[in-house]
Amino acid sequence: MRNAYLQAMHELAGRDRNILALISDNGAVVYDKYRSAYPEQYFNMGISEQNMVSAAAGLASCGKIPFAYTISNFLVYRAFEQIRNDVCLQKMNVKLVGIGVGFVYSNLGPTHHGTEDIAVLRCLPHMTIFSPADPLETRNVTLAAAAINGPVYIRLATGGSPAIYEKDYDFVVGKAVVLRPGSDITVMSTGSGVHEALQAVQELAAQGIAARLVNFHTIKPIDREAIVRAARETGKVLVVEEQNTSGGLAGAVAEVLMEEGMGGIKFRRMGLKDSFAQGYGSYHDLQEMNGLSRRYIMEAAKSMVADTVPEGLS
Amino acid sequence: MDNLALKAQQIRKDIFKTICNGGGGHTPSALSIVEILTVLYFEILNVDPKAPRHPDRDRFVLSKGHAGVALYAVLAEKGFFDKALLGTFGKPGTMLGGHPDMHKVPGVEASTGALGHGFPFSVGLALAGKMDKRPYRVFTIVGDGECQEGSIWEAALFAPKHGLDNLVCIVDHNKFQAMDHLDEIIPMAPFADKWKAFGWAVHEVDGHDIPALRDIFSRRPIAPGKPAVIIAHTVKGKGISFMENVPIWHYRMPGPKELETAAAELGLVLNNGVLS
Repeated sequence: MRNAYLQAMHELAGRDRNILALISDNGAVVYDKYRSAYPEQYFNMGISEQNMVSAAAGLASCGKIPFAYTISNFLVYRAFEQIRNDVCLQKMNVKLVGIGVGFVYSNLGPTHHGTEDIAVLRCLPHMTIFSPADPLETRNVTLAAAAINGPVYIRLATGGSPAIYEKDYDFVVGKAVVLRPGSDITVMSTGSGVHEALQAVQELAAQGIAARLVNFHTIKPIDREAIVRAARETGKVLVVEEQNTSGGLAGAVAEVLMEEGMGGIKFRRMGLKDSFAQGYGSYHDLQEMNGLSRRYIMEAAKSMVADTVPEGLS
Repeated sequence: MDNLALKAQQIRKDIFKTICNGGGGHTPSALSIVEILTVLYFEILNVDPKAPRHPDRDRFVLSKGHAGVALYAVLAEKGFFDKALLGTFGKPGTMLGGHPDMHKVPGVEASTGALGHGFPFSVGLALAGKMDKRPYRVFTIVGDGECQEGSIWEAALFAPKHGLDNLVCIVDHNKFQAMDHLDEIIPMAPFADKWKAFGWAVHEVDGHDIPALRDIFSRRPIAPGKPAVIIAHTVKGKGISFMENVPIWHYRMPGPKELETAAAELGLVLNNGVLS
């Protein structure tokens, strides 16, 4: 995703000299190509996230379009008040780009995991939140972010994310994508969680369970229609995300279901159960240790379809 | 008396009237920056109420947003909006709240209030000016207590690296923060040395001395290739004897006897509890 983001930034910077890449001393090497092509549209702001975000707002007020990039948790948690007051309250045209969301920086531990970023930023007025699932989608949301005149947060996994889309698709801001059709249950996911969910849904299909998979590349505004349709047509919704189960995508989906009078459907949240990600190891190891690998997703989906509640999910 | 001194006295009256009629505000914090704002808006800043968004205008950001009433009084005096609107301060339907809102109040460049935001925001304004080779300067006022925020020093590190000599930071050094004297809470001394060590051109002035303020602000740039900080020594609550240097007045309204004293000292008329 990171490379796709940088490629899109390269194109944007070439088109518009107001596009700026701000970084907080993170990702310097991967920016080399961009930096040599557009040295005047690149600033390493130092290890100073608060200053990066406030200064970005100042730059935006003079017509610049800064993309402020660093590891998601440093950006979102350290500079939260700057994001709230200087960017959102002032409706500034600032793009915030958080890298390493979920626990893709598995071995670095919870200080480097972005496992509450959706919940934390979803509550801010004027904010658009993009959560792409693969490199192609990263490109789409980056170009879309530049076209929006206002605050945008793009949450990215790291490099080497596998492709979800085989070819280009109809990308519309705020419109979730049905990756697999199905009528037995709907699995909803976003960002780095989509890949594992897709594997699970494919294996479920081989076992005769038709699970619909819906990818929310836009968290805010949330696609209410896709949620309502999934609830009406499948009656069961399982939300899978590398987030604390409190306030993330599942929270957004639950809010819509209740408001639309669909609180009676079967609904489960799969994520971190009011905890930080446990353990060290590879990304896959952490998916296993935190109950978010495909076998856990399959188990949860099957039990919902069979109408039995598995241990630990109630 | 210098015309500007008369103007400053008028602004002081307007601030006090506005806060008393509106039911509350940070009076002493507003009174300490009256001369600074008066010199800036009536002699230094290239701003035009008829073209408030002109790309080449000078920018002023009140980082210590709790002194917003001082800015409102100056902007009204300058003609950014009708002075009668000061009478709506803090009341339902007003555009004038306890902290300034850039989307509501003509002439306000940033919505400040939380401390440590307006200064790094100003760094962004100055950087954009340098990038686009625009002639404008950026002035910002930070409180001395506000300088206890870490974000101030992040921005203080950044500005010299980029040679932002179009940026002037004025520290309202009134020696008091909300609860007490700085030295009793978190001492900032040696204040000038801190800024010098960060690479800033540092000047210290009497923040109520109009000719001294005029002199330093007129230098363009104050120091070539460096951002400048003006440490303005001021008196918190300047102009109202019982408020001067008394921390309890940070956010307190005067009672009837105190109102009489303040009105007499500022040259306001008090009639049935209403100032005019």
